[in-house]
Amino acid sequence: MSNQEKLLTMTGISKSFGKAVKALDNVQFELNAGEIHALLGENGAGKSTLIKVLTGVEERDKGEITLDGKTIHPRSTDEAQKVGISTVYQEVNLCPNLSVAENIYIGRAPKTKFGGMDWKKMNADASKLLSGFGLNLNVQANLDNYSVAIQQMIAIARASDIKAKVLILDEPTSSLSQAEVNKLFEVMKKLKAEGMGIIFVTHFLDQVYEVTDRITVLRNGAYVGTYNTSDLPRMELVSKMIGKDYAALNKSVLDSKAEKKGSDKGEPFVKLDNVSHQGTINNIDMDIHKGEVLGLSGLLGSGRSETARVIFGLDSVSEGELKIKGEKVNFKHPIDAIRKDIAFCPEDRKTDGIIGDLSIRDNIVLALQTKKGLFKKISKKEAQILADKYIEQLEIKTPNADQLIKNLSGGNQQKVILARWLATNPELLMLDEPTRGIDVGTKAEIQKIVIDLASEGMAVLFISSELDEEIRCCQKIIVLRDMQQAGEVSDEEISQSAVMEIMAGGDNA
Amino acid sequence: MTRGENKKKKFHINNVSLLITIVLFVAMFIFGSIRYDHFFSISTFLNLFNDNAYLMIAGIGETFVLITGGIDISISSTVAFTGVFMAHCLEKGMPAFVVICLALLIGITVGAVQGSLIHYFKLQPFIVTLAGQFLMRGLCVVISEASIPINDSFFKGMALGRIPISFGEAKPLNGKIYYYVLIVMVVLLVSIFVLKKLAFGRAIYAVGGNEQSAALMGLNVARTKIGVYIISSFCAALAGIVFSFYTLAGYGLQNMGMELDAISSAVIGGTLLTGGVGSVFGTMVGAMIQGIIQTIVTYENLNTWWTKVTIAGLLCLFIVIQRVIAVRADAMKGKATAE
Repeated sequence: MSNQEKLLTMTGISKSFGKAVKALDNVQFELNAGEIHALLGENGAGKSTLIKVLTGVEERDKGEITLDGKTIHPRSTDEAQKVGISTVYQEVNLCPNLSVAENIYIGRAPKTKFGGMDWKKMNADASKLLSGFGLNLNVQANLDNYSVAIQQMIAIARASDIKAKVLILDEPTSSLSQAEVNKLFEVMKKLKAEGMGIIFVTHFLDQVYEVTDRITVLRNGAYVGTYNTSDLPRMELVSKMIGKDYAALNKSVLDSKAEKKGSDKGEPFVKLDNVSHQGTINNIDMDIHKGEVLGLSGLLGSGRSETARVIFGLDSVSEGELKIKGEKVNFKHPIDAIRKDIAFCPEDRKTDGIIGDLSIRDNIVLALQTKKGLFKKISKKEAQILADKYIEQLEIKTPNADQLIKNLSGGNQQKVILARWLATNPELLMLDEPTRGIDVGTKAEIQKIVIDLASEGMAVLFISSELDEEIRCCQKIIVLRDMQQAGEVSDEEISQSAVMEIMAGGDNA
Repeated sequence: MTRGENKKKKFHINNVSLLITIVLFVAMFIFGSIRYDHFFSISTFLNLFNDNAYLMIAGIGETFVLITGGIDISISSTVAFTGVFMAHCLEKGMPAFVVICLALLIGITVGAVQGSLIHYFKLQPFIVTLAGQFLMRGLCVVISEASIPINDSFFKGMALGRIPISFGEAKPLNGKIYYYVLIVMVVLLVSIFVLKKLAFGRAIYAVGGNEQSAALMGLNVARTKIGVYIISSFCAALAGIVFSFYTLAGYGLQNMGMELDAISSAVIGGTLLTGGVGSVFGTMVGAMIQGIIQTIVTYENLNTWWTKVTIAGLLCLFIVIQRVIAVRADAMKGKATAE
């Protein structure tokens, strides 16, 4: 190799799924030793496929990969690991039924003289390794005793401990808190100093600018370019990722919001009067008016999602009153809420939202069918019309409505879920983290859809852990803390600092 | 402080099912001892091993498969087939040693074929092993429709050879185990070692916990999955050999439905059919519980089918208990924090 520093090069990589879908088209990528290299692009840009090709999960159709000057062709994760490529995936890929220590060392556990596993040494090693990450865990406990964030840190600990030359982090931070992200960055910098090459896939541009050295952008399966992070202004980066002018898109979101200032402040569509549910929320008091985007903010576990669950009839009201259009209701099941024109897109679209093996069309009509009852079947023709309508309206990127939803990218899946609920013609739409794990372009699109829906008269409850997003979309934000209402800000008062102050609980904590 | 508590809780969750099983076993033994004369003795206890040795071995093999989240319902036919096959070969005058090796080889082959079909063609374990069950049950009859007696001296020696175990002069303190019970012990110890100490054993749990994750962590899923079916069929063949020692005959229709006894032993012993959790020791205790129910039913002079009725009730109870434990464990999931 001409350049000593070059650790990994991928050239001319192509990969198709079937005849129609070209996931990667002549893509190149290079990684130096001791570098953190961001791999960016919208959903469906081909990042995941490129990673999968590199880690041997998918086989490339064309192209060459060299590691340390040697051509490699990994055919399984195992092979990739053996040549020194180690990966942490977005979803925690560990075994919940094994202990923390085992999850770190399985497949390469220390052995005793008799050939058996040395549990003692393994546990000690695991404790030591994790304390290097600032985690002091009971390594003998089963993995699923710990939160997803901690599990993710454990996965990273595992990957970094394998004698890897290349460490791939595929959106590792989407479930981590800020403090944990910082910890992760420390570790990344440490590994980088030790000469490891790190490929960092993320949707958080702040993080890209905080920690990476270079950026490679993909779009629609094609290579856009590689840039030094410090030389690439953020706006320009986003424009490269989405292939259109981000500033314009961003402005359209803000314009939409400005346009629909007033909402009718008549009778609220939903009124929560001192509502509690044992163990999740306490004395929540709020109104949601039609034509309003109400934000619900707070830290994880503060009762955001739980409030929506109560409104949707997933959890019962144990104290207080829930009123829909002034009428007291007592939902026993979500179907009761659906019949009252309430829709809820839950937080975890993978487990609670999409049905991967059904087509886009079937996924879209699902909620409407439920609302109508099982015996009034929606004909295929009607379903097709609905699906086509939303594919167009929400700009869902797919060849047709017959495509299985699991083949779509995250952002497009989210749009399908949104379409599913819009098809029921709801008066109240509750969105729980609708843009998690979605690229900036699609994010802005979804935000705009939300605002537009509200201006058409829908009531929207918007739950997001990204403050920035809430501030852009909502007219009023209610902040929850420790399962209670901590305060609210509206209209001009809305600002990051105002919300955060309430979140943190400045005065009486 | 918190660490200690955590540990305790973990113990609680992992073993409560097995604990109930052991308590239940002891309770039944005490019940029998109070109710019937002569019940309370070392010999009653040891006979549980003598009479259920083949079920224990087959159940232990089955447990490997169950931990990966699979199922193997071919084992009863494998037991029957190896029995008939050996009886036939011995009748033809082949030496015992060769016949036993061949029987084990058949077990390994059956398991390898079934495991490969299940893994490489992504077929349902239930269907594949159902086909295996039919195939081998059919082959039994192809070899012989009638029961073939075994007259081989080695087999006879194993059938009758026993070790007296005595803790004193009194009659209840004396008992005996047959040689083949030692095979159970060896299988049990080796299985515990494999599952607890070997990378292969841990991979079995990993595959049962989350197959995709196991693959992404670089574990050899193919080897693990095919491996457990080989172990299961191998143990079934071994159980067939022990069963031949026990009955000194090979008959194509014997042990109908025994795979379900093996599976229920495992479930009663705390193995989850969803995979990822289970222990071979538990399976053995599960088999002993079935044995003691049989013993009590015999003492009570009831129809032997009452054994099935009781086991059915027990199974229901255990499945519900496991569910309750799982729900409680779920509630605690993700709650532990870094200290």
